[in-house]
Amino acid sequence: MNNIFVYCELKDDGKVADVSLELCSKARHLADRINVEVEAVVIGNKLKGVELELFKHGVNNVFCLEDQRLAFYQTLPHFSVMTKLIEREKPYSVLFGATPVGRDLAPRVASYLRCGLTADCTALDIDENGNLMQIRPAFGGNIIATILCPDVRPQMATVREGVMKQEIFERQAHTTVTNLSAAEFLEPADFVVNIIERKLEEKRIDIKGAPIIVSGGYGMGSKENFKLLHELAGLLGGEVGATRAAVDAGFCEPERQVGQTGVTVRPKVYIACGISGAVQHRSGMEQSALIISINTDPHAPLNSIADYVITGDAVDVVTKMIKYCKSNNKK
Amino acid sequence: MKEFQIVVLAKQVPDTKNVGKDAMNADGTINRAALPAIFNPDDMKALEMALECRDIIKKENKVDVKVTVITMGPPRASEIIRESMFRGADGGIVISDKRFAGSDTLATSYALAMAIKKLGHYDLVFTGRQAIDGDTAQVGPQTAEKLEVPQITYADEIIAATTDSIRLKRVLQNGVEIVESKLPVLVTVHGNAQNCRSRHAHLVISRKNDEIPMWTADDINPDFERLGMKGSPTKVKNIENVVLAKKESISIKSDDEGIRGLVEDLTAAHIF
Ligand SMILES: Cc1cc2nc3c(=O)[nH]c(=O)nc-3n(C[C@H](O)[C@H](O)[C@H](O)COP(=O)(O)OP(=O)(O)OC[C@H]3O[C@@H](n4cnc5c(N)ncnc54)[C@H](O)[C@@H]3O)c2cc1C
Ligand SMILES: Cc1cc2nc3c(=O)[nH]c(=O)nc-3n(C[C@H](O)[C@H](O)[C@H](O)COP(=O)(O)OP(=O)(O)OC[C@H]3O[C@@H](n4cnc5c(N)ncnc54)[C@H](O)[C@@H]3O)c2cc1C
Repeated sequence: MNNIFVYCELKDDGKVADVSLELCSKARHLADRINVEVEAVVIGNKLKGVELELFKHGVNNVFCLEDQRLAFYQTLPHFSVMTKLIEREKPYSVLFGATPVGRDLAPRVASYLRCGLTADCTALDIDENGNLMQIRPAFGGNIIATILCPDVRPQMATVREGVMKQEIFERQAHTTVTNLSAAEFLEPADFVVNIIERKLEEKRIDIKGAPIIVSGGYGMGSKENFKLLHELAGLLGGEVGATRAAVDAGFCEPERQVGQTGVTVRPKVYIACGISGAVQHRSGMEQSALIISINTDPHAPLNSIADYVITGDAVDVVTKMIKYCKSNNKK
Repeated sequence: MKEFQIVVLAKQVPDTKNVGKDAMNADGTINRAALPAIFNPDDMKALEMALECRDIIKKENKVDVKVTVITMGPPRASEIIRESMFRGADGGIVISDKRFAGSDTLATSYALAMAIKKLGHYDLVFTGRQAIDGDTAQVGPQTAEKLEVPQITYADEIIAATTDSIRLKRVLQNGVEIVESKLPVLVTVHGNAQNCRSRHAHLVISRKNDEIPMWTADDINPDFERLGMKGSPTKVKNIENVVLAKKESISIKSDDEGIRGLVEDLTAAHIF
């Protein structure tokens, strides 16, 4: 009763997804504040040893349901297991990754249980009344809302990947594995949707939807230096963009070109590194909500539409940004 | 002959993708006047998939197939029903009532599911994956649960459709999957799906004065406790605007202190 549940997603190689380990770590901190336990739920066809990884991330108890038919995620069997288990165990909160799987499953579960579900959270906390504070961007990323579910339990949330830190804890004094029986939790009717075929493909580059774009111009100097942009973008959950001059120079793939003959982007933040600001480039990014321009030339045309101007060497500034983003993530 | 009924759920939304620098008021609230109301982009794709499905089923099965669009919103949301009819939908309904105000996704999906049930018979329901204002992507799966039908999320292509089953391609995080389900089923449509066909001139003429039915809460026979604010367990406690108003550019020093300060400020403002 009143524990924090984490629904654990499995990758194709059978390992627990990073987002789930991030959630277990966060759940550990929240659980310690209100003196409850963290319980993970894993549903799949080969779960041997899965608990060892979870115990490292602060989990007390792992519910395992193993069945041949569960090789790939499907909504209805996972829905059956989660709803039955939640009705039986009555947790305080249930957390899911805000991944395609989590955002397919969690709403259906919340609907059945008639409890609140906050989507795509970027932060979680507990308020003075013991309610889970769920913080999420909405309105295309233009606002940040704090959402509470004061009257109904469990409080459910999906949490964005990469925003919580994965942590290793000393193994809890009390750890258990609870095996759930397929006969009790699953029904034949849960398998009415058939997977006919599955094709995994390499990720295609598409920067249009990225909330943050770290974009490089000719002033970045080399393909090697562009790696720094990838590192910063990775830390911020964003993508790398570029000018035509940078693409022509072979610093990165043409799919990343922003501008009149590339893609038009409107991210929350556009960090322009060594970009002069030609009109053909500006037309593809000037609607970004916040623009940061890093340029050795204090009079670069792009600076006139930037919210923040940093006059200096882009490689040096980006290296510092990476350093401080990393130290901030650790806090 | 039995009619084959396809329902599309569509929402009218403020155009949050076109948020320019003037979209936010100085006090941090949203300047709705600067944001035109549009047909939610994913829902337009859901409409196309429904129309395509109608074309396939009509051709092969010679049954009468209807596409009906349902929206919940203020009376002016009838604009998107009209737009749907110009593009080929057979009809639509607006459900509108002050008692729906303050609905979270649980209450929204309840009202929409009750409206679908009120239609009597349905075979397929298409929704968008996500609305661009609330951004939750929860209403589709929650409506499916309330109707007690399976769901297929993130579909981007119809592979085959008959009067009793559908086969779709759906987008995974790292690939694609082809799945098949018996009907009825609810399908949420991914932004990668085909764009919607354009308006037909003859439909614009023939349907521009059609009356669009408007249902109130009473028409869908609800449990009133499950509507609106009362039926919504999530409460928005606080809203912060993250778009910084356009100011003169701020100069940041490129030394350690300058960059650390900037990164910390942006992190504190939830921008990073
Ligand atoms: C028809 C047409 C279509 C076009 N379409 C596009 C398009 O879609 N997208 C696009 O981007 N361009 C497009 N262009 C090209 C465009 O006109 C510009 O040539 C291009 O955007 C310039 O790219 P840049 O800013 O990277 O390079 P430059 O203009 O060469 O600017 C480099 C900048 O880096 C700065 N810099 C140098 N060293 C450093 C350093 N160490 N640290 C920091 N800053 C440094 C310099 O001060 C300068 O401001 C198009 C042009 C035409 C004619
Ligand atoms: C800042 C803010 C944050 C919010 N956060 C949450 C939250 O975390 N959890 C929560 O439960 N609610 C939340 N809400 C409430 C939520 O936005 C509303 O319930 C909204 O009516 C439906 O959610 P959505 O816009 O996210 O739609 P989505 O679930 O993203 O929509 C998916 C699809 O469902 C269909 N659909 C959705 N709404 C309608 C409609 N009115 N008529 C017809 N079809 C429709 C469309 O096909 C659409 O493409 C929030 C609201 C605000 C203002």
